[in-house]
Amino acid sequence: MFDVLIIGGGVIGCSVANQLSQYQLKVGVIERSSDVCELTSKANSGIVHSGVDAKVGSKKAYFNLLGNKMMASFCKQYGVPFHQNGSLILCFSESDYPRLEILYRQGLENGVQGLRLLSKEEVLQLEPNLNPNLFAALHAPTGGIVDPFKLTLMQAEVAKTNGVEFFLNTTLLHLAKKDHYYQLETNLGVFQSKTVVNCAGIYADYWNNQVSNRKLSITPRKGEYCLFDKQVGNLVKHTVFQLPNEFGKGVVVTPTAEGNLLIGPTAYDIEDKEDIATTKEGIAYVVQKAKESIKEVPMSFVITAFAGLRATEKGGDFIIGEAEDSAGFFNAAGIESPGLTAAPAIGIHLANLISEKLKAPKKSNYIDHNNGIVDFDKASNEEKKALIDQNHEYGQIVCRCELITLAQIKEAIHRPLGATTLDAIKRRTRAGSGRCQGGFCAPRIVEILSKELKKDPREIAKFGDKSTFLIGLDKELE
Amino acid sequence: MDKTKIAIIGGGPAGLAAALAAYKQGIEDIIIFEREGILGGILNQCIHNGFGLHTFKEELTGPEYAHRYIEEISKTSIQVFLDTMVIDITTDRIVYAISPTKGFIQVQADAVILAMGCRERPRGALNIPGFRPAGIYSAGTAQRYVNMEGFMPGKEVVILGSGDIGLIMARRMTLEGAHVKMVCEILPYSGGLKRNIVQCLDDFNIPLKLSHTITKIHGKFRVEGVTVQHVDAQRNPIPGSEEFVSCDTVLLSVGLIPENELSRKAGVLIHPVTQGPRVNHRFETSIPGVFACGNVLHVHDLVDWVSEEAVHTGNAAATFVKGLVEDAKKVSILTQEGIRYTVPQSFSPSQMEKFLTVRFRVNEVYRDYYLNVYVNNERVLHQKKRILAPGEMETVLLLKQWFVDKESIDAVSISLSKE
Repeated sequence: MFDVLIIGGGVIGCSVANQLSQYQLKVGVIERSSDVCELTSKANSGIVHSGVDAKVGSKKAYFNLLGNKMMASFCKQYGVPFHQNGSLILCFSESDYPRLEILYRQGLENGVQGLRLLSKEEVLQLEPNLNPNLFAALHAPTGGIVDPFKLTLMQAEVAKTNGVEFFLNTTLLHLAKKDHYYQLETNLGVFQSKTVVNCAGIYADYWNNQVSNRKLSITPRKGEYCLFDKQVGNLVKHTVFQLPNEFGKGVVVTPTAEGNLLIGPTAYDIEDKEDIATTKEGIAYVVQKAKESIKEVPMSFVITAFAGLRATEKGGDFIIGEAEDSAGFFNAAGIESPGLTAAPAIGIHLANLISEKLKAPKKSNYIDHNNGIVDFDKASNEEKKALIDQNHEYGQIVCRCELITLAQIKEAIHRPLGATTLDAIKRRTRAGSGRCQGGFCAPRIVEILSKELKKDPREIAKFGDKSTFLIGLDKELE
Repeated sequence: MDKTKIAIIGGGPAGLAAALAAYKQGIEDIIIFEREGILGGILNQCIHNGFGLHTFKEELTGPEYAHRYIEEISKTSIQVFLDTMVIDITTDRIVYAISPTKGFIQVQADAVILAMGCRERPRGALNIPGFRPAGIYSAGTAQRYVNMEGFMPGKEVVILGSGDIGLIMARRMTLEGAHVKMVCEILPYSGGLKRNIVQCLDDFNIPLKLSHTITKIHGKFRVEGVTVQHVDAQRNPIPGSEEFVSCDTVLLSVGLIPENELSRKAGVLIHPVTQGPRVNHRFETSIPGVFACGNVLHVHDLVDWVSEEAVHTGNAAATFVKGLVEDAKKVSILTQEGIRYTVPQSFSPSQMEKFLTVRFRVNEVYRDYYLNVYVNNERVLHQKKRILAPGEMETVLLLKQWFVDKESIDAVSISLSKE
């Protein structure tokens, strides 16, 4: 019998797991993918929002501000790349200016610090590559950018180190409330737990509705992005928004925490909760909207496109806390933007509620931080020398574009909750995420994974068992 | 800090030939930095034949071609640093590199030769919509799996792009038991060599679908098929022409990009069309003493031309190291009507030998056109060309005699014309 079972290993599930791991509780995470951070948490803008556009008094506003304020120290504690680069919200005409002012006042009311309305000249001085057609902007210096993979993974690793059990490739099939506990049937067996935390993302409505009469309805809202080479990563320094619309924050042009340039997302509702395909129209829309914000979209430097799904709940706000009519069932549902920003704060909030309910004492041997994986590329020459002297595998480059070494790849495999697929290696080290998109390093990483995991190279997958790379040996095919 | 006369970045065909040429000019202190565990570069995975017809008057495989140079180098004092990745080059020619055996390396070189080659354009650069499943490979990655690792990346294959590596892989995959269903080329002509289209596609009955492209990739975990569409003259897919082709693998052969991240770090100026360094007739970049040759300079279709270019570069670097280079007036080679780029982009007529080899590519397919060279608006060459295609690198020789009697030379231009 578990004390707590968390459905979903995204950034919310892993934040909750991390915070719960400081208590004397038996905690598990059920994740259908082969790694944590496989769905919405891996395909988003990676932005730490300032909180200007969240509705005053909403849960989104509350957790956004809380998350924003703690992000810098939190990321330092967990070895997560984060930069407080500040954000700009552009407005392109005098007639739109009142909307920018409304946003400014809403930001003040939400408690966002340092907000300033800037004239066109002031904006262009800050960001010379912006479209000179702009009229004015709202500057929010507390906005930032974070590595969404690391924010999820580093917390998951700490949770794992502190004893949380992760059940990967485990799909929840049936959830039922019993007397004083919940029963969870999965493809890999039946679990029982005193409490359940619903962090199931776009499926959170389904699981809530199995045990609660306060029905939820989540619609996947697709977001498509284009990612650019680091060569154009400094095109803008700030995260550049446009005035928000009914579907969200609009198309953003932003540097990423790792130094790329990112544009996107689209925002349109779809029916299929599995549809993470990019579309021609979507990418064209993103490029067209980005052109409004910046002088020129450097299309010859695009390295990849991707799509993610937001979990948009019909009420429009986060649903966080214990279900009124289902004791022990805790929701973290409808976590769309600013969910990534809010994640650490939501984790703390839910862990407090659950530990109080279960009257759980704290552990004495809790490990409260993560040093992260060594970033060889960012190390100074002296540090590089020291690293190679200490372990010669830091001298063996595997991924040329991002300068990732054999030592880092092996570390990614052997850390707590180690990588077993190419995408998992990529999220932990960035190997394969550069300008050649794994063209050079993929065969090497397949070989390293196969050696370290003692698996046949034909079993090594991009993500999940069904996405293997190699079909057979030469001349083996019919 | 360690010192060397010439540091060569890359031990592929360009680096090897440049090293040997410089050595033959009397420079004995040379280091080749090679990131792989063996010399030879991309030639090691090119196990098909067709290499060396010009250089050795023989038809060799890629590894055999490389071996000719490697063997010669092993008899010299040229140092080879294997498994060594250069991570930085400064404007004053300090080379920083790392290796598992030698650790962190710092070498001051009198001259640097950039010979890092090129890489393949990935799927992302094309923005093909759809899921991101396993089963999409650049043709060169598939070549490595099949030829060096012994694994088949797929059995039902559609190839996008008719670049030479794609064509070669259509044949290789077929010979290893895969079914290559088609090669789609968005342009109305192939960017590959004619001989490869005949020997790799026609001989195996693999259809080459010109003016066709892939507009969607299907399959969430592993590729399950592609949507192929006919495109119009502006390369826009024609509605209604969609055809679903089932396959488990997509190979991309959609262009090569010179790998100039190090060059940029050093401050070398890059040509917007070649994506390689701007060079003069000595293959010297915008930074004195930093030279470039091979695919890092511009993408070649024959290794023989890489070797020839590298010999010139090695010679020039040796001359530079000996301090024998004199200042001379530079003239730009202008590209006009029909010419995409030239290499080199400038030269010094006063330093010319009997002739200067200028390589170039054309913008599209031209039949029965004339190639013209103008010096100071005077046409000095008017040569009929039966066919010119973007896929085939062309050569024109600038003759010393065109320049000797001229008082001043302001402009040299190359162009195509119908008449």
